[in-house]
Amino acid sequence: MLETIVLLFALAGLVLYTVLGGADFGAGLWQLLSGPGPRGRAIRDHAHHAMAPVWEANHVWLIFVLTVAWTAFPVVVGSVASTLAIPLSIAAFGIVFRGIAYALQSATDVPHERRVIDTTFAASSILTPYMLGAAVGAIASQRVPVGNAAGDLMTSWVNPTSILTGCLAVVAGAFLAAVYLAADAVRLGEPDLEREFRTRALIAGVLAGALALAGLAVVHHDARHLYHGLTSGLGLAAVIVSAAAGLGTMALVWWSKFQPARVSAAVAVAAIIGGWAAAQRPTVLPGLTLHEAAAPRSTLIAVIVAVLAGGIILAPSLGLLFRLMLIGGFDRPSEPAATPARRTARYGTPAVGFARLALACLVAGFVLLTVLDQGVAHVFGVIALVAAAALAFFAVGPTDLPDSSGGPPNSHAR
Amino acid sequence: MLSTVVAGLAPVQQSYLLQARQMQALSFAVHIPLVCFGIAFPALVLFIEWRYLRTGDVVYRTLARRWTKVLVTLFAAGVVTGTVLSFEMALLWPNFTATFGSVFGLGFAIEGFSFFLEAIFIGIYVYGWDRLSPRAHFLTGLPIAVAGVLGSIMVISVNGWMNHPQGFRLVDGKVTDVNPWRALFGNSYFWHEFVHMYLAGYIVTGFLVAGAYAVGALRGRWGRYERIALAVPLTAAAVASPVQVLVGDWAARDVAHTQPVKLAALEGLGRTTRGAPIHVLGWYTDGRVEYGIAVPRLLSFLAFHNVNATVTGLNSFPANDQPPVNVVRIAFQLMVGIGTLLALLSLGFLFVRWRRGNLPTSRWFYGALVVAAPASVVALIAGWVTTEVGRQPWVVYRIMRTNEAVTGASGIPVSYAVLAAAYLILIGAVAWTLRRLAVSPLPASEG
Repeated sequence: MLETIVLLFALAGLVLYTVLGGADFGAGLWQLLSGPGPRGRAIRDHAHHAMAPVWEANHVWLIFVLTVAWTAFPVVVGSVASTLAIPLSIAAFGIVFRGIAYALQSATDVPHERRVIDTTFAASSILTPYMLGAAVGAIASQRVPVGNAAGDLMTSWVNPTSILTGCLAVVAGAFLAAVYLAADAVRLGEPDLEREFRTRALIAGVLAGALALAGLAVVHHDARHLYHGLTSGLGLAAVIVSAAAGLGTMALVWWSKFQPARVSAAVAVAAIIGGWAAAQRPTVLPGLTLHEAAAPRSTLIAVIVAVLAGGIILAPSLGLLFRLMLIGGFDRPSEPAATPARRTARYGTPAVGFARLALACLVAGFVLLTVLDQGVAHVFGVIALVAAAALAFFAVGPTDLPDSSGGPPNSHAR
Repeated sequence: MLSTVVAGLAPVQQSYLLQARQMQALSFAVHIPLVCFGIAFPALVLFIEWRYLRTGDVVYRTLARRWTKVLVTLFAAGVVTGTVLSFEMALLWPNFTATFGSVFGLGFAIEGFSFFLEAIFIGIYVYGWDRLSPRAHFLTGLPIAVAGVLGSIMVISVNGWMNHPQGFRLVDGKVTDVNPWRALFGNSYFWHEFVHMYLAGYIVTGFLVAGAYAVGALRGRWGRYERIALAVPLTAAAVASPVQVLVGDWAARDVAHTQPVKLAALEGLGRTTRGAPIHVLGWYTDGRVEYGIAVPRLLSFLAFHNVNATVTGLNSFPANDQPPVNVVRIAFQLMVGIGTLLALLSLGFLFVRWRRGNLPTSRWFYGALVVAAPASVVALIAGWVTTEVGRQPWVVYRIMRTNEAVTGASGIPVSYAVLAAAYLILIGAVAWTLRRLAVSPLPASEG
C-alpha cells in the first residue's frame, strides 16, 4: 500500500517532467529546425523566451523522480543504473551540454556564436529525451534484470521497443512544445509565430500518433508482456484516454484553441506513462514485484511525509511562478518602480557596540566550543561564533565607505 | 560491525575502480565551488538589495542586478553539475544505492525539494527585476538564500552518515530497522561538517568575488561601485575566516574520536603514541614522516586537550583498512595552511578597515586578494579530499567498502574522459560568460 503511494509520487513526478521538461526539450528541437534568416531567429527567440524563467524548475522534476526512486526502490535503481549505464550517461552528458548552451545563450548576440550555441542546445535537446525514453523502453520490455549490470549493456537499450520509446519521447516533447509555444504566441499577440507553431503542432501530432500506432505493432512482436498489459484492463483504458486526448488536441489546435489544447496535450502524454505503469504491474523488473522492491516501511513513511511537507511549500511557489509566466508577468518590463527615497539612512553609529558584542561572542564561542568541548556546549558555541561573525560584518559596515581613496595607489576614483 | 553487510546486488569485479572514484571526485570538485555560491551569494546579493531599499541609492541596485546575472549563470552550472552527481550516485555506485538507498536517500529527496524551491524563486527573482515592486522582489529572494543552505545541509547529512553510519541494524548482514531520520539528522558527526562547509561557503564566495574586483582595482577600475563590490564580499569572508579556524579544530577533534584511522592518516602518525607530535610538511613513508618539522605533543593536546594523551596510530589498523596516507595528509596540510593564511589576511583587513575606516591602500594587499581567490578554492577542495579520501577504503565507514559499491558496467574510462572534456568546456563557458559580463559597461544612468 505505502509503496504504491510512493510509486504514484514518482510517476506523478515523471509525468510532470515529461509534460514540462519534455516540452523544454521539444522547444530545443524547434530551435534546431527553425531555419535561417529573421524568421528562424524569431522562432528561436520565442522558444528561448518561453523557456528561460522555468527550465530549471522543470528540470528539477527529474531530480525528484531520481531521489524518490532510489530512496524507496533502491534495488531497482541500482539494477537500472548499472545495466543502462550507457544511455543514462549519454542523457547526463546531454543535460550538461544543454546547460552550457543555455548559460551562454543570453551572453552573446554575435550571430556565428549564437549559431554554435543554439545547435549544441538543440542537439542535446534531442539526445537527452531519446536516451531517457530508450531507458524506459528497456525497463518496459523486461530487458533489465535485477543485479549489478546483469543485463546486456547494449541490447538492453538498442532494440525495437527502446528505439520506439526514444523516438516517441522526442516527438511527444516536440508536440507539447509546439502547442505551448502557439499558446504563448497568441498571448503575446504574434499571429505569425502562432501560425508557425500551429503547423508544427499539427505535424508533430500526426507523427506522434503514427509512432504510437506503429508502437503497438512493435511491442506486439518485441515485448509481448507489455502488449498484453496495454490491450487489457487499466492499460487499455490509459491507451484509450491517450488516443482520445491526442485526437482532441489535434482538433483544438486545428481550430486554434490553444489554451485547452495545452491541457489535453499534456493529458495525452501523461496517459501514456500511466498506461506503461499499469501494463507492467505487478513487477517492476523481471521477477521483482513492487512490494519486494520497496524500501522498509519507516523509509516509505519518511518519503511520504517529506513529499507532502515539501508539496505544501512548493505548490504555491510553483503556482506563483507559472502565474507570473502565463499571465505574462515576465513578458515586458513595466516602468521601473519608483525608487524608495531614504538616502540618509545609515547604520554606522552602533558600530562600536556591535564590535564589542562580536568580540564577546567570539570569546564565548571559543570557551564553549573549544575549551568546554561537550555536546550542548558545541551547539551554543557554534551559535555564538556565527553571531560573532554576523555582528562583526555589521560592525565593519561593509558599505559605509568614505567617498574617495582606499584601494591601490595608482587607482583613481571615478 | 565490520564489513559484514550483504549488498543489495551481488558485488562484481571492476577493473576501473580508481577511475570511477576519480570521476566522482572530479564531479564533486567542479560542483562544490558552485555550492559555496549557492550558500553565500544569495545572501550577499540580498544584502546589497536591502541597502538599496534602505537608501534608494541606485549604485546598490546596479550592483545587485549585475550580481543577479552572475548568480543565475552559476546556478545553471550548479543545476547541471548537480544532476550529473545524482546520476553518478546510481551510475557509478549502484550497489551503494541498492543497499543503503532506503537509509540515506531521504536526505537527497529533501535536497531535491530545496533545489526545486531555489529554481522556482531564482526564476521569479531573475525575471522579476522591474516587474515586481522592490519590496516584493526582495522578498522573493529570501527563499533562494534559505534553499541554498537547506540543500547543502541535506547533502552534508548524507556525507556525515557515510562517515558515521547509524540509524539501521545489520542482522545477518542484512540492513534492517531502518530509521532514516535518525540516520541523517540524529547524527553527531554531521554538524561539524555542516558548520565547516557553511563558513567555507562564505570564505570561498567572498574571496572569489573580492578577488575579481581586486584584479580590476589593480588595473585602475576603482569607482564607488567597485569599492562596494569588493568590500561587501571581502568583509563576509574576513569575518568567517577566523571563526573557521576554531570550527576546523572542533572538526579535527570529532574525527579523532570517531575516525581514529583518518586522524592518524591526516597527521601521518605511524605508531600509536603517547604525547604525539604534529609534523608540519614532510612526506610519510615507512610508518613515519620524513623531512617534516615536528612540534612535540601538539597532536595529543589538540585532539584530546591533554599533552600526554595517547593517539592511535596507523599500526593499529590492518593495511587494507587504511586510506592512502600521503594524499590525505598533503590535502589536509594544504587546507590548514591556506586556511590559516586566509585567516591572517582577514584579520589584517579587519584591523585596517576598523582603525582607518577605509579600505587598505597597499598594492600588496590587492595582489594578495588576487591570489587568495583561487587559493580559497584549493583549500575547499583539499578539505573535501581530506575527509573523503580519508574515509577510504570504505564508502560507508567500516560497513561497506568502495569496491563492493562500484558498478559492474564497463566503459568507465570512456565516460570519465567525456565528462572531463565536458567539464572543461563548462568551466570555459562559465568563465567566458562571466568575463563578458565583467567587461560590459555599467548602465550609464545608474553607474
